Amino acid sequence: MAVRGPTGPPVLSLADVSKAFGNVRALRGMSLELHPGEIHALVGENGAGKSTLVKTLAGVHRPDHGRVLVDGAHVEFTAPVDAQRAGVAVIYQEPTLFPDLSVTENIFVGRQPRTRWGTIDKARMRRLTREAFTSLGVEVDPERPARGLSIADQQLVEIAKAITRDARVLIMDEPTAALSGVEAERLFRVARSLREAGAALLFISHRFDEVFALSDRVTVVRDGSFVSCDPTGDLEVDTVVRRMVGRDVDDLYPEQQEAVIGETVLEVEGLTRQGVFADVSFTVRAGEIVALAGLVGAGRSEVVRAVFGVDRYDLGAVRVYGRPLPAGRPKAAMAAHMALVPEDRRQQGLVMESSIARNATATRRRTLSRAGLLTSRAENEAAHHWGERLRLKFGDLTDTVSTLSGGNQQKVVLAKWLSTEPRILFVDEPTRGIDVGTKAEVHRLLTTLAGEGVAVVMVSSELPEVLGMADRVLVMHEGRLTAELDRSEATEESVMYAATGTTAGKGAT
Amino acid sequence: MTVTDTEAPVGSSTTGRVRRTPRVRELGVLLAVVLLIAATWLNNPGFLSGQGVRDLFLGATVLSVLAVGQALVLITKNVDLSVGSVMGLSAFGTGTLFVAFPGLPVPVVLLAGVAVGALCGAVNGFLVTFAQVPALVVTLGTLYAFRGLGHWWADGGQVNAHDMPSAFLDLGRSSVLGVPLPAAVAIVVVVGVGLFLSHYRSGRELYAIGSNVEAARLAGIPVGRRVLAVFVANGALAGLAGVLFAARYGTVDSTVGFGMELQVVAAAVVGGVAIAGGVGTVYGAALGAILLTTITAALPIWRIDQFWHQAVVGALILAAIGLDRLLALRSARRLRGGPRGS
Amino acid sequence: MAPDTVAPSPTPGRFRTLLSAREAPVVGALVVALLCASMFVDVFATGRNTSFLLLSVAAIALMALPMTLIVITGEIDLSVASTLALTSATLGVLWESGVPIETALVICLVIGALLGALNGVLVTVMGLPSLAVTIGTMALYRGLAYVLLGDRAVASYPQNWVSGARAPLPGVEGLPWVAVAILVLALLFAVFLHATGAGRSLFDIGNNDEAARFSGVSVKWTKFWLFTLSGVVASSAGLFWTLQYGTSRADTAFGLELQVVAAVLLGGVSIFGGVGSILGVMSGVLLLGVLRNALQLFGVSSDVLLIVTGAILIASVITPNLVARVRSRRARPLASRTPEGDTP
Repeated sequence: MAVRGPTGPPVLSLADVSKAFGNVRALRGMSLELHPGEIHALVGENGAGKSTLVKTLAGVHRPDHGRVLVDGAHVEFTAPVDAQRAGVAVIYQEPTLFPDLSVTENIFVGRQPRTRWGTIDKARMRRLTREAFTSLGVEVDPERPARGLSIADQQLVEIAKAITRDARVLIMDEPTAALSGVEAERLFRVARSLREAGAALLFISHRFDEVFALSDRVTVVRDGSFVSCDPTGDLEVDTVVRRMVGRDVDDLYPEQQEAVIGETVLEVEGLTRQGVFADVSFTVRAGEIVALAGLVGAGRSEVVRAVFGVDRYDLGAVRVYGRPLPAGRPKAAMAAHMALVPEDRRQQGLVMESSIARNATATRRRTLSRAGLLTSRAENEAAHHWGERLRLKFGDLTDTVSTLSGGNQQKVVLAKWLSTEPRILFVDEPTRGIDVGTKAEVHRLLTTLAGEGVAVVMVSSELPEVLGMADRVLVMHEGRLTAELDRSEATEESVMYAATGTTAGKGAT
Repeated sequence: MTVTDTEAPVGSSTTGRVRRTPRVRELGVLLAVVLLIAATWLNNPGFLSGQGVRDLFLGATVLSVLAVGQALVLITKNVDLSVGSVMGLSAFGTGTLFVAFPGLPVPVVLLAGVAVGALCGAVNGFLVTFAQVPALVVTLGTLYAFRGLGHWWADGGQVNAHDMPSAFLDLGRSSVLGVPLPAAVAIVVVVGVGLFLSHYRSGRELYAIGSNVEAARLAGIPVGRRVLAVFVANGALAGLAGVLFAARYGTVDSTVGFGMELQVVAAAVVGGVAIAGGVGTVYGAALGAILLTTITAALPIWRIDQFWHQAVVGALILAAIGLDRLLALRSARRLRGGPRGS
Repeated sequence: MAPDTVAPSPTPGRFRTLLSAREAPVVGALVVALLCASMFVDVFATGRNTSFLLLSVAAIALMALPMTLIVITGEIDLSVASTLALTSATLGVLWESGVPIETALVICLVIGALLGALNGVLVTVMGLPSLAVTIGTMALYRGLAYVLLGDRAVASYPQNWVSGARAPLPGVEGLPWVAVAILVLALLFAVFLHATGAGRSLFDIGNNDEAARFSGVSVKWTKFWLFTLSGVVASSAGLFWTLQYGTSRADTAFGLELQVVAAVLLGGVSIFGGVGSILGVMSGVLLLGVLRNALQLFGVSSDVLLIVTGAILIASVITPNLVARVRSRRARPLASRTPEGDTP
């Protein structure tokens, strides 16, 4: 067993670091110590400065004030390479690989082993890659191109890169956000074995179950400042949450009311897309919150996208209020009073270069027009109205939406879709990567909408969210619906059982 | 593919063929060249007479050298539209140099031509990397600027073959081991750049840059320096092409290489170099150049009106990018949902 | 990371949006060029010259309109000049074979639409990059023009049509009716692009086509129609060009596509898509035309013109970059001051 806790000297630390962007102070006097052989969790709300902290450790940002220390000695990282040379490796939530290069080349890019002629020693490179994957206990073909790798495998490639570099510090920035349970377990196995080997790991996550299962110590940040650092065993979830928010949070999930459930508004029948999902049938009624649960990659988002018409489907039918909905046409879905708050808000939900007002009104350009003409005034008034309703925090409506925090960006996406006054609302991972406070607001909003008679279909990978919100839970496994559970039947066990199928027991530890 | 596929044992069973797709792509172009030559030869054996082969080699030389340079640029997800103008500048400069200093040794002039090209390339590269102007815009601008410079310099004049020393013109006529010297130069360029790209760190880094420039920066690759170097190299190769052109034809004016940029891009694209960056080899680009040249040479033998030439080239470009797209889709389908799970 | 102010009143600087930073330089440069040219070049402001100037930029101005929309969506159409030439060649062949000119014109416009639609299909259905596609069709369409005409020229067009193409607006000497028609068209394009929902969605497509798709924009249809529109407009430019000069040749307007692209970029449209305006582009077209015209009248050789064109194009893109960099540099010291300044 490796040494736990702060016994050795810190291999990497931040001392009193401050960093500001414009008027926003992302870090104020932040301190952090990482010791060899520990898994250190970093938690905080979105916008608390976690990403800035990671990027400072990674050499992307330089602190305005304060110091970065390696083995107790002050260092200046001027570029990511400096951090890499000092033995710091960062696994981002979505790694940035070179899609056209092979896995091996991705691992060794810029530092390939060379023969004495100066050419690349390809045989040795391949061998080292295989060794790295073997030591991780995973199987990835070193010769295949990185294009098409799952996110979990991309992260493994990054970890293999860190191992071949002999990295001593591994920083994982929300690595499990897009992983299925099995993939996350595999990642944790790897993380633990790296800890046994004496590496220091910094683990960032919004999922408390993971934080408590994996880490040795937990550091809490709030508003860019250090709040606390304690051994995980001394902590409880409530304590951590209170420290993150700086106040007591009301229950994360709104009081569950007995919903008044109306007529059937959406019928999906035998929906099939070759290789993605098959024979998916379900109905949704007005005023009901239906959760689509399952592992990432089970095809839930794909089903929702196909119903809404962003993706095509090969077989099956969708009926809204009894009338067939033409396939593959989001416009038709919108005309049928459907709305989709997509999974990836930066890529699918928003045009980051565009203003808050334009984003918030992008779905209503036709209705806001007069005689076919659309004025900025009309856009701004509409956006202002919804900004107030959703308690959006912003500077100016004409600011680009990229200036907002994650939670506020999600509110813009919600405004964009709620303003179309949908009768059927799809929300795909509505609270992924947003802070606890906004999360509760979103949950309350969805419950209110359902109370107003909106049919809500929620895709979520967070079991507590599914169980806390849904009137009915549909579970998908490998492209098929495997269970439909009433609120009374839905428990963590029953949902997970359906989500993993019968074979899943093997993968979990 | 069906849903049940995901239940199949995971692993690396599917990737063997995927990996080799690029090679297949270049072999395809090679096959097209061979088939075209064979068919044309059967149609008219004169096509492969000694002189016919020499013409083919020489014709492909200039375009191949340019295509190799363009491939370098395209691989880094840039483009250089100014190569025709650079080549013209170098060709005319070479001629003018001989007129001004008749006794100048040939290697010096050759170097001067290459240097003129490299200088132009440096201007492009500097504007792309330091001023951060998209390459398409920069080289569209320098396409005009370098051409204008050439016109202004030539002032409507022309350098004729009798102004050039015979030693220089012999360059275009002599042979090494039966291969015309310019073609030999082109072969050396192709193989040299090809080996560099596949066997050296900085060569592989060009693919990394074209594949994902942000990741390349994070990995510590000096992106600006590499891209600058690529533009200088491409300029130098365009300069070399200009010298080869002057040596072969003897008569040069300021219109040399007009409109050449599109043929060059066409050759590279036909040879499997992706405009989107990160994909392709210089062997492919050179083969593309040879294919285009062979078509030019073969049309009259097939008694096809020479006016069809450009239309055929256009159709070929469309076919090539369409084919690349289909291949990419197929391999993507094979790669989807690769190794995953426990 | 927003300041903690809750929803202030919706009052953006409307004048700021009227003339954005990107097109201001080119509009300014055009004004300066016009002033200088009329002051220093005697014949510049004469009716004969303005007519000549406007006719000389007419084809470029026409093709620049759809090109602006296409570049804003992040695509490009390099086949416009070849479409123009193929249209011209088709008109020549049809006219020679005795088709009435009116019928021939209509047929040519339909062919233009088909040529544009082919680009659109290759880009949207096949998912190919438009740069590569339109380099291909540029060669193909030009090649087909050669196939039709070879190196011949058709020059027997009816005189009244030829002079009609060049005629001024009745009663206004020095102002060809074509220029007025293009102005009206430009206004229509501007209103469409900047003040309708469909026009604004073009910016979304250029910035993030996936988000646009999720908002109910039919990205593929939109692009398909833009390429088709570009084909129609390029072929109408071809008809105008043919009648204006009274000849059809296969090599007509060779390389003109690059001038169109140059004018569009000069007008402040980002080559990456998502940014641009019709006002800027029309100023860009005119600026290039005025410079060319004034320098020619001033007796500067056409070689220098090429150099100037190239330099202006590059400068027009560097300037906003530099401005942005200077701005961020000015902002930076402020930023680094804040944290220390605020600590008690």
